Amino acid sequence: MSLFSIAWKSIRERGLASTLTALSVALGVMLMVVVLVISGAVNAVFSQRTIAYDLIVGHQRGGELPLVLSAVYRVQPASENLPYLYYKQLKEDRRVVSAVPFAFGDVTETGFFPLVGTTSEYFENDYTPGEKFRIRGKRINGDFDAIIGSEVALRNDWDIGSQFRIQHGGAESTHVHNEMFTVVAVIQQTGTPNDRTVFVNIEGFYAIAGHETPLNEVEMRLKNFYASDPDRLKIALDQITAAKTLEETEAAAGHDGHHHHETPDAAKEVTAVLIRTRADSPFDAINLSSELKEGYQAMAVNPMKPIRKLMNDVLGNVKQGLVVLTAMIILVSGVSIFVSIYNSMSDRRREIAIMRALGARRESVFAIVLAESIVLCVGGGVLGWLFGHGLSVAAAPYVTAQTGLLLDPWAIDSMEFILFPVLLGLAVLVGFLPATTAYRTDVADALSS
Amino acid sequence: MSLQLSDVRKSYQEPDGRPLPVLCIEHYQLSQGEQAALVGSSGCGKTTLLNVISGILLPDAGQVKVNGTDIAQLPEVVRDRFRAEKIGFVFQTFNLLPGFTALENVLLGMTFSRGRTDRNFAESLLERVGLKDRRHHRPSRMSVGEQQRVSVARSLANRPALLLADEPTANVDPANQELILNLIRHTCDEHKVTLLMVTHAVEVAEVFNRVDRLQDFNHPESATEELSV
Repeated sequence: MSLFSIAWKSIRERGLASTLTALSVALGVMLMVVVLVISGAVNAVFSQRTIAYDLIVGHQRGGELPLVLSAVYRVQPASENLPYLYYKQLKEDRRVVSAVPFAFGDVTETGFFPLVGTTSEYFENDYTPGEKFRIRGKRINGDFDAIIGSEVALRNDWDIGSQFRIQHGGAESTHVHNEMFTVVAVIQQTGTPNDRTVFVNIEGFYAIAGHETPLNEVEMRLKNFYASDPDRLKIALDQITAAKTLEETEAAAGHDGHHHHETPDAAKEVTAVLIRTRADSPFDAINLSSELKEGYQAMAVNPMKPIRKLMNDVLGNVKQGLVVLTAMIILVSGVSIFVSIYNSMSDRRREIAIMRALGARRESVFAIVLAESIVLCVGGGVLGWLFGHGLSVAAAPYVTAQTGLLLDPWAIDSMEFILFPVLLGLAVLVGFLPATTAYRTDVADALSS
Repeated sequence: MSLQLSDVRKSYQEPDGRPLPVLCIEHYQLSQGEQAALVGSSGCGKTTLLNVISGILLPDAGQVKVNGTDIAQLPEVVRDRFRAEKIGFVFQTFNLLPGFTALENVLLGMTFSRGRTDRNFAESLLERVGLKDRRHHRPSRMSVGEQQRVSVARSLANRPALLLADEPTANVDPANQELILNLIRHTCDEHKVTLLMVTHAVEVAEVFNRVDRLQDFNHPESATEELSV
């Protein structure tokens, strides 16, 4: 009979108390595992895995973080726009492999999902490194065709053929556009913000009544934007002048302002441009980024940089706070193990004396009591670990449905690797005093009492 | 295994700090395989003597030689090992572990001696005390007599050379008393185990060829005189 089996018998002898103390450890560990799984999922969303673009280009007036939050995560309204011509200019840069325009600011009337006007190039590129969109349906052809994310489809109960209207501005706006969009394809779940986004043809976005900016205002913006590049400014202003002339001609002919005609590129705007540079030239992104900061009112942001900062500054602290909280729960559980074993010591004094009388060494009874603490603490930990990941498995579909967060229930956080050594240390710590009491038991006295 | 005590002194401490001599034995001896009943009035130091012989208590002075080894001089770890391997114990109150079955209690008797247990031998011991069918029962589900029989089986589990029995029949009925007594004596006889049995019962002492009165060779009063001088 091993010392471990003697310890196990003792644990079983105090079945209820042992179960409760082990469960308290399990509860603490379970909470910690759940926190780690969720923070891991949040981290994955806000990590390199989220986007397969090297740079996000936006107007200088918005901050780096708002630009990324709006262009990548779509959780913030758009800021200032860039000229569409500038997007074309970027597209022609030899260092740019792919430039995808994003125009946004509106939401769906139902569910308030963000609307993004873009080109089909977005769907041809990876959405995260090495991951292609899997789309059920057809490509966008018409101006008012839409491709919707999986969550949009689920929440709004939309499928191919569904029709919807959009609301100007954010959810608080009451202005609903007249144009009716039709779902032509549904994106399979990606675990990224694409799941809760509605994509429309950027040309359709411009065609929505009210989306065109007054030409005088556009002219002003172009002058500011291209202040240091007179050649490009001239080309842009020529287009504006031509458009103005056309407008005046139409006005003189008696057409109303809503008469539709082709919007010149100079009058179009984009909110952001997603850039992929050459994979074999890692410095392209850096060079391009620093070049863009000079000359134009634009900025290029490495999408991960502000997010990492946000993660470290805010979310990192939240995670740390939760981990510390759960660690405290585990610590309290450890104390309950201590109380449970220590209280049992007075009842077990005679048992220990009997074992000593049968020849057990002091070290043996010390080890038996310590083994009990270890079994309760580490056993509870293993149970909690399984509960935590089990709970994550069970809750993953619900969490995904409610938040769009794609949980990986069996993802192991590095902290979990140190969890069990820490639990072992805790077990030794809380078991030490009762074990010492066992070690010091006066055999003759305990047997005669 | 022989037992020899020479000039053994053992005192406890009074609450006021004064020593209270309990044992003062100039000489006491048992030969290998010998069986003796030790009688004496309550509080005369019988249990203390057994604890000193087994090494649970250390004497204040003197030698306690078990088979020529003065166990009082052994380091504690070696003394524990010696007790685990050479000495068997039967307690008046059985001292079975309540969470263990009869078989597990017997196995516990060999756990600390050899490091590994011999289940077949443990079962044969239980068979010998007539409890083979109850080997998986816990003490709480056994009668007093049965518990003491398990205790006897446990005391033999480490194949001891010296068996110390502290009033093993005090708490059992007459029928079980005879059974337990015979069991202990025959087993010791069979395996040439030296037996020292403490008892109050005259009928138990009468069974033994050798009956020692503790008062005849233990004179704590002389130790008191020595201390007062």
